[in-house]
Amino acid sequence: METILSLNNLTKKFGRITAVDDLSFSIEKGNVYGILGPNGSGKSTTLGMVLNVVNKTSGNFQWFDGKMSTHEALKKVGAIIEHPNFYPYMTAEQNLALVCKIKGTNKSKILEKLEIVGLLDRKDSKFKTFSLGMKQRLAIASALLNDPEILILDEPTNGLDPQGIHQIREIIRKIASGGTTILLASHLLDEVEKVCSHVVIIRKGEKLYSGPVDQIINSFGFFELKATDMTRLEELLQTHPKIGKITTNEGFITAILDDPMEADEINSFLFEKGLSLSYLNKRKESLEEQFLQLTNQTAQN
Amino acid sequence: MLRLLEIEYNKLRYSRSARILIITYFILITFIALIASIEFNIGQIEFRVADQGIFNFPYIWHFNSYIAAILKLFLAIVIVSMMSNEYSNRTIKQNLIDGLSKKEFILSKFLTVIVFSGISTLFLFVVTMILGLSFSDFNEASIIFSDLEFLLAYFVKLTGFFAFCMFLGILVKRSAFALGFLVVWAILEKILYAFLNFKVFKGTDIATEIMQFFPLESISNLIVEPFSRLNAVQTAASQIGGELDKDYGIHWYQLLIVIVWIVIFVYASLILLRKRDL
Repeated sequence: METILSLNNLTKKFGRITAVDDLSFSIEKGNVYGILGPNGSGKSTTLGMVLNVVNKTSGNFQWFDGKMSTHEALKKVGAIIEHPNFYPYMTAEQNLALVCKIKGTNKSKILEKLEIVGLLDRKDSKFKTFSLGMKQRLAIASALLNDPEILILDEPTNGLDPQGIHQIREIIRKIASGGTTILLASHLLDEVEKVCSHVVIIRKGEKLYSGPVDQIINSFGFFELKATDMTRLEELLQTHPKIGKITTNEGFITAILDDPMEADEINSFLFEKGLSLSYLNKRKESLEEQFLQLTNQTAQN
Repeated sequence: MLRLLEIEYNKLRYSRSARILIITYFILITFIALIASIEFNIGQIEFRVADQGIFNFPYIWHFNSYIAAILKLFLAIVIVSMMSNEYSNRTIKQNLIDGLSKKEFILSKFLTVIVFSGISTLFLFVVTMILGLSFSDFNEASIIFSDLEFLLAYFVKLTGFFAFCMFLGILVKRSAFALGFLVVWAILEKILYAFLNFKVFKGTDIATEIMQFFPLESISNLIVEPFSRLNAVQTAASQIGGELDKDYGIHWYQLLIVIVWIVIFVYASLILLRKRDL
């Protein structure tokens, strides 16, 4: 598989504060990555370093296997970071034409990309007249101008109203379904969960995990169960070898699996013992639950 | 190179304030012609500037390049703001992310500076030719085209000044403060000169020798004021017993000092940009 970006022991210190600490991971073509971490965890600094605007303290990074210099590589990348930055006195179209000049691409795509983000009818309006949502969408259009190998988005929905958030997510989803590699930095877990296949989780500049979304913690999922005789249910579950921790909350019994098991197996096990269930649900941890577990684990270590 | 200039041209041409300042600047240069119509009375004597021979070749080269250089402040505002606006709009960040290298960024700005100076010089040449051909008492080609080194000095002077402005724009990041800094710097140089001249090296030329290496002083040294070169002033001076033997010429070492400053300013801008986290 083609590696688009690899980071090796990348470190950034601001004075005595270490913003990014010895970070290594790589981005493969065709996947949608999320960089996840609380505010101030070093997401933007990491992106800033690979995007040539923040100087690294040590370590290195490579674009496209190091075949070209960073600024040449960036011409094949589309990126927006935090704020949309454009010339306020220029119109949407003029701003995009300038980006084309810098990237050395053809101007013919401008209208097409404005269409994708729904700004075609505002192409002759000055940037300073745009709302935040429109500015953010223009930034996405600008990042798409060169049909990039990878699209980097840093907190693309920050500060937007629900409608704006929805619009941006729809656009991202559309782009992702077209096969473009995406790197999305966010502190919003559901956002990452909805669009990403892989995650890199960082906290205080350190990497906690990188890999597919569903393998963050070693987990076989858990059952939520309900029956008329709750005490008997709990007793029976305790005897089952594949079930580990059992907790009761909000009228459910939650049974965490130690070994893989399907719902029909536990159902027939309980039925044979003479207990019928009124509710049975097998679930995997949501990204939020996984994330909290992971950050708690590492905090305890 | 052309790509970099095109990028810069695109940034400037849609900015209304830059457009107005640039147009004003060039119109004001053409207004040098209006000096011809100045007349005033000193006691009994009626004084007409046009009669003093200011439009005579080759003196006009000196006179016009000196006067036109005063107007450089207009373009200085454009240059300072084209640098610092990149910071305040944070577009410099976007430019770099879009794939412009830091070197290319500085180069595009410096090329713009060169183009501004070049066009100004060309413009000054045309205006001076027209004025001179209409008013000059001497019209032989050999006289017309003597003293053309004033144009070269004018070009270097503008480039030096604009390179300084460019550096200040990057250093200070706010256009108003950068222009303020420019004024403060000019005053500081003058104070230092006065201090050295009247306190430390009293009665010697050492202060002048030292000060010629300072940026603004070296830039202003390139073209010496032309007024005391006028016949009327010369006669007036000799009547009151003073002798004016100023050196009005342009010297290679003065050009060299400014060129060295230009190199320093451009590289310092690049180093600043490289060291900074945006």
